[in-house]
Amino acid sequence: MKGWLAIVLRDVRTAYRGGGALLPLVFFLLVATLFPFAVGPDGTLLAKVGGGALWMAALLAALLPIDRLIAPDAEQGVLDQFAVRGFSDEAIAAAKILAHWLGFGPPLLLAALPAAALLRLDGATLLRLELGLAIGTPALAALGVMTSALILGLRGAGALAGLLMLPLAVPLLIFGAGALGPDGMGALKLLGAAALLLTALAPFAAGAALRAARE
Amino acid sequence: MTARLAFDRVACLRGDRLLFEGLSFALGAGDAALLTGPNGAGKSSLMRLAAGLLVPSAGKIDLHGRIAHAGEAPALDMRLPLARALGFWAGIDGSEEGAVRGALERMGIANLAEVPVHMLSTGQRKRATLARILASRAEIWLLDEPGNGLDTASLGRLTEAMAVHRAGGGIVLLATHQPLDLPDALPIVLGKTTP
Repeated sequence: MKGWLAIVLRDVRTAYRGGGALLPLVFFLLVATLFPFAVGPDGTLLAKVGGGALWMAALLAALLPIDRLIAPDAEQGVLDQFAVRGFSDEAIAAAKILAHWLGFGPPLLLAALPAAALLRLDGATLLRLELGLAIGTPALAALGVMTSALILGLRGAGALAGLLMLPLAVPLLIFGAGALGPDGMGALKLLGAAALLLTALAPFAAGAALRAARE
Repeated sequence: MTARLAFDRVACLRGDRLLFEGLSFALGAGDAALLTGPNGAGKSSLMRLAAGLLVPSAGKIDLHGRIAHAGEAPALDMRLPLARALGFWAGIDGSEEGAVRGALERMGIANLAEVPVHMLSTGQRKRATLARILASRAEIWLLDEPGNGLDTASLGRLTEAMAVHRAGGGIVLLATHQPLDLPDALPIVLGKTTP
């Protein structure tokens, strides 16, 4: 367990030191900035569609770091060293998911504050957006790591990563955006269910992919 | 518990190519094996089998003791200073305080402790990989071409480290194309039958 935590800590440090944690954040804020330019400065309209746009931005921001989540460790033989030390591939995948979320979830929750201001979301909507993102981002991190493991060893798999990950993230988008309305509690519960399912299954899928990649 | 590594009629199939079959040997505390053979004969695959990274297609591998595997890649964080990159593995292995320092000194790279790994030369990275092995508390060393890119002095250090490890009851499985001094090592020659 101590070793497992050391692995999580190492990945979190790598994410923050390499500036990798910053990239999705900047992307997220960039979308929030560009969106009013495209839609026009109509405050009512922005407030109406802004929450959904931020969910889209969060989804796409989660796609950005996928090629750097697992591939460098695989190339460097780090994953082999974990396996030699008796860590199961599922445990490694779970560590990567937790670390990826720590490097991606909290900054995104923070960035949602200025983004909501840019899109003129009211306080109640912002609260529901934050709640939804807090529930949904672990699943986005899990999907990211799983996709990253699945495309391991493939060259130029960036587009493939999007094709693999985005369809699986559709439930998160539907329920996440659905929860933004005033009667969104039902959608929020479904978001929780979908996120739980994806987060629970992803370590096993990613672990199997890591094992297959070693052969 | 004494260290032990034994192959019992092990076969290795990569894709649809049979690299070797019916391979049996046993190594106990203080033993060493010298693995030779042409490129592609399956030396690295044998190492990965012993490390548990591959599953044998047939036969059994009996293993007692912890493993340290030095493959092609150093498995060190490129951006970190060398000592901290090694410290990560030492922490996971539960090595005692000062193990990294000692390992760096034994490989003659103590002066590089604060240098980021990506700045190291090929030979220095090889020595860093060996320092990782030294700092681990593993009984069984699997060294895949550890001498590549090493200068004569470093080869001497490697030879000495292997001798000390064996004297302490460790096992060394060494694959190399270079003449490295490994007294009383069991020779394992792969790829004799392939033309």
